[in-house]
Amino acid sequence: MAAISLRVNGHVHAVDVDPQTPLLYVLSDELHLRGPKFGCGLAQCGACTVLVHGEVRRSCVMPVSAVRDQEVTTLEGLGTPEHPHAIQQAFIDEGAAQCGFCLSGVILTAKNLLDENPKASDEDIRDATGSILCRCFAHTRMISAIKRYQRSRA
Amino acid sequence: MKKRISRRDFLRTTGALVVCFSAAACIDPLAIAQGPFDTHPSHIDPDKLDSWIAVASDGTVTAYTGKCDFGQGMYTVQTQLVAEELCIPIHKVKLVQCDTSVTPDQGTTSGSQSTPTNFNTRNLAQAAATAREALGGMAAQRLGVPADQLTIEDGVFSAKDGRHVSYGELIQGKHFNMAVNPAAKRRSPGEWKVLGKPVPSLDRVALMTGTFEFVHNVHVPGMLHGRVVRPPESGATVGSLDEKSVQHISGLIKIVVRNNFVGVVAEQQWQAAQAAKALKVIWKPGTGLPPQRNFYDHMRTQPSRDAMLVNSNDVDDKLKSASPVLGATYSHPYQAHGSIGSSCAVADVQADHATVWSATQSVYPTQHGVSTLIGLPLDGVRVVFVRGAGCYGLNAADTVSYDAALMSQAVGKPVRVQLTRQDEFISENYGSACVIEQRAVLDTNGAIEVWDCETWVASLGGRPGYEKPGNVITGMLAGFDPETITPRAAAEPAGELRNGNNAVPSYMRGCVNDKCAGAGSIRSERVLMHSVKSPFFTGPLRSPLRLQNTFAHECFMDEISAHAKADPVAYRLQHLRETRIIDVVKGAAKAANWDARPSPKPGAARTGKVTGRGIACVAYEGDNGYAALVAEVEVNQASGEVYAQRFVISHDCGPISNPDGLRNQIEGGILQGMSRALGEEITWDDRKVTSIDWESYNTLPLGIQVPAIECVLLERPSEKATGAGETAITLVAAAIGNAIFDATGARLREVPFTPERVKAALASRG
Repeated sequence: MAAISLRVNGHVHAVDVDPQTPLLYVLSDELHLRGPKFGCGLAQCGACTVLVHGEVRRSCVMPVSAVRDQEVTTLEGLGTPEHPHAIQQAFIDEGAAQCGFCLSGVILTAKNLLDENPKASDEDIRDATGSILCRCFAHTRMISAIKRYQRSRA
Repeated sequence: MKKRISRRDFLRTTGALVVCFSAAACIDPLAIAQGPFDTHPSHIDPDKLDSWIAVASDGTVTAYTGKCDFGQGMYTVQTQLVAEELCIPIHKVKLVQCDTSVTPDQGTTSGSQSTPTNFNTRNLAQAAATAREALGGMAAQRLGVPADQLTIEDGVFSAKDGRHVSYGELIQGKHFNMAVNPAAKRRSPGEWKVLGKPVPSLDRVALMTGTFEFVHNVHVPGMLHGRVVRPPESGATVGSLDEKSVQHISGLIKIVVRNNFVGVVAEQQWQAAQAAKALKVIWKPGTGLPPQRNFYDHMRTQPSRDAMLVNSNDVDDKLKSASPVLGATYSHPYQAHGSIGSSCAVADVQADHATVWSATQSVYPTQHGVSTLIGLPLDGVRVVFVRGAGCYGLNAADTVSYDAALMSQAVGKPVRVQLTRQDEFISENYGSACVIEQRAVLDTNGAIEVWDCETWVASLGGRPGYEKPGNVITGMLAGFDPETITPRAAAEPAGELRNGNNAVPSYMRGCVNDKCAGAGSIRSERVLMHSVKSPFFTGPLRSPLRLQNTFAHECFMDEISAHAKADPVAYRLQHLRETRIIDVVKGAAKAANWDARPSPKPGAARTGKVTGRGIACVAYEGDNGYAALVAEVEVNQASGEVYAQRFVISHDCGPISNPDGLRNQIEGGILQGMSRALGEEITWDDRKVTSIDWESYNTLPLGIQVPAIECVLLERPSEKATGAGETAITLVAAAIGNAIFDATGARLREVPFTPERVKAALASRG
């Protein structure tokens, strides 16, 4: 196995794993990141979501070799507990979670949508989150938080 | 350091031959399956104050609780409780949850029992109040002023002359060495400064910034990765396995087989995943499954263990002589907990001790189960709770803890086990399938004279509790028997009314031994419950059986009121006598601006989109919270799709510890209930479960048109605090079903209300 170079949240890492290893396992097991999580391993729920060059990707089905030398951002790469990103702050303000396991998919998907389309309609938001699951069903507050972030950018 | 005494030692030394933990559990197998949730003696004595509260010399307080947080807010609200009783700010409290090495044994965090257990007159609340009073006594002595003339603020006692002394100066980090005082005075809701406030959940920032540690994030030095290989069909057993099939996988450490348990351990997670996929196991076929298409009929023909909950002994006679007898049969499917994160655990089993990091709701029972499974003495096993994804009951968190323990023992190193999504769907204990048959007779005034209810519940296994590791799949595969149904005829009701499953409709008087503890007024009453053996493992799923029973009761009540041509709200009120349920029904109707008239809605179109409203109410578990829910829905009569537009709930859980947390639970409960009512159902073929991922098991995604939800919180500060996490969800299927009827005149009697079923019901309208 040859080392694979990764750029995650602004840091460069070299990991020595099978190139077919899903990116999620590398982020969780090798880099000990806590944002992206194993929900289904089938790209059906969104819990493993990361941004690759700003685009939403499901890291549970993406081989690590596919993001060689590309900029990967996880939920903890957006902001810090001391200085949360504006969308994280919107979710904090709305208390938009229960267990919180699904938040990588919810927050990163919404951020990606609103960064590309700040005037996204309710229908656009529904389309973008149509394959994101939250089994605590904190939907009411999550939609409020997404709209709060949208307003903060207006 | 506390002396470690195992629970078994405790039982031995006290000479108690206790095999179950409450009178109800002794006679009700379903109660056993739901697990113990009260406080039990362990090596940590719950009667001692030091078991619950420690005050450091800097005045910070560490509190120990056996009730844990998996997203329902118990961490925050228990921290508020301790801060309130000790008159200190929240940031001075550190709460330690569910660790068998340091926290009291409070059984299982479940059944909406955490608030009743820890917020009323026992346990954590009373310990914190005892600590405040004890410190007050020390302060009085130190300052030479009677305790009742001291004021407390921020952990500092002050005398009128300005002298003061802090908690830290008084206790100096020492033990209290005293008993919890059952008479210590609690701070009343009128005095509350921290409780009762919408304190933001304390995990918020860590969750939103991806820094919160879930059990999935636990890393132990030298940790390996395990995956399970479950039987491909129900009841299949291991014939042989071909070790060569995985020889090519690098990093593979071991194939672990114990009886019918099979797992693989590897250095990296990806290697373990590949090995689990590649391993060739020759399985002996299972026993087959009863066909799903007529499963509800099948349930009714099975040998059953019966319980009669109420019986006025006049029901048969009245049914014989009455005409007409109104009747309807309701069915509720098996449903999954379907946690968003597939379950995960880490175990480190060494020769003489083991540690398990687990998202279990039951650290002490899991300690017992692991001890039995791996053959280590109980006091050599430590189970530490680390939060997993929201579980909503007995998901696969317990079973994966067993998986990790078995695999770690086999390799002598720490092992992390991550279930796949498919593993999760076939490893968890589903919410039970139920059939509920209802009959009623009206008197000459149109009021209900007789209500007769007969229920069939499919059950197998359940919470492992302290004694039954076979109640979840890993324990069974490893060779332990699950709790099953021993057929037995019902005895006549005895003792007092047991309505923990809401099997008894709120409208009955609920009389047992001449004591009538039901919420209603119907005198001719009978409720007979049959437990039958389930082909699948079952266990508590948020509002277990309460939801299924309430669906049937509240829909049937709606059918009767339609027959009587009465307004569903007024007709309910006519048959209720318990003030608290009456008040929530009135509260919800008022807030929803209820359109008082009989259902269905007059003059509704038979095609296109139509709208309607429905109501349902419950006295949760008989007396553990009260709520009424109005649903407003739109039904597309061409497609059969149901869209809930608005929910209005009126909710009474006694004094409210945290209104923001409560609203969060209610909102989530209603939408989860909507998903369960409209789409969720375990499916199977003749050999195996077929709903094994998010394409084959329906759940409503985030991108739905989210209905408006309005909460009316009734505050009752002088009542005991009740649970609040399961009340709202209990009502949703019934309220939606009643609203569909109001809109269309079509009655849905089988959950979920899929478009096909809605269209079938529309087609069969008269």
